[in-house]
Amino acid sequence: MARAATTADAFNAIAEPRRREILDALAGGERAVNDLVAVLELPQPQVSKHLRVLREVEAVLVRHDGRRRLYRLNGPALKPIHDWVKDYERTWSERFEQLNVVLEDLKRKEEGDGSGR
Amino acid sequence: MAVADSGSATVTLPTEEQILITREFDAPKRLVYQAWTTPELVRRWWHANRGEVTVAEIDLRVGGAWRYVAVTPDGFEVAFHGEYREVVPNERIVATEVYEGAPQTDGADEGTLNTATFTELDGRTTLTTLVQAPSLEVRDAIIASGMEAGMQDALMLLEQVARSLR
Repeated sequence: MARAATTADAFNAIAEPRRREILDALAGGERAVNDLVAVLELPQPQVSKHLRVLREVEAVLVRHDGRRRLYRLNGPALKPIHDWVKDYERTWSERFEQLNVVLEDLKRKEEGDGSGR
Repeated sequence: MAVADSGSATVTLPTEEQILITREFDAPKRLVYQAWTTPELVRRWWHANRGEVTVAEIDLRVGGAWRYVAVTPDGFEVAFHGEYREVVPNERIVATEVYEGAPQTDGADEGTLNTATFTELDGRTTLTTLVQAPSLEVRDAIIASGMEAGMQDALMLLEQVARSLR
């Protein structure tokens, strides 16, 4: 797809659901393309296409073992994005934790309304 | 879905230009909406434990403006503002969001378009916020600035608050 050329970065790599599945599958260790085809239940050309995008951003690395091409996860390439998402998540978790406190307050006040006003 | 108590926020990247933040609350959606849209209440939660909210202005109508400012204990200030595009009470709020520290020329002054959706089931509310960047450039700016801790004149969003208020 033409899009890959303009969006081939690490962020794009993990924004695509099937590529996330590939990364998940590789998190368990090195795998050959055929393994991935079986796990993802996708036609081989599609898996290869996704692998190409992942390889371009170095999210995965490949090595040859005889005829087989073995793919493995390259964590460092994805770490900045992972860290960023985690940090973003942490901020929102803390924010929502406070929002939760506010909500408990609102709930208590509503329950008190019957006798209170 | 399985998280029963006060879970944490979940952040996903549905497309390359979007960020989706999800959290479930043990409260009806009208209360979550109230907490989300009432200035005195926003002051109590938007700081994310990293400072103090000094300004929370909300003109809750289509075309109305909002502005939040937070200050860290050591005096660093971050400010965001935007305009409401859609307001459906207790259901949905669509608004733009611009980080005021963003350079003018970078396209970041466009900001993002954020959609907050309130969905209630059995008295519990799922709040989802979809952050839509107008372009890959702006999205890259969000990420780039978010990853440079302490970079104060960088672009964008809420994650700057996260970084800067640290």
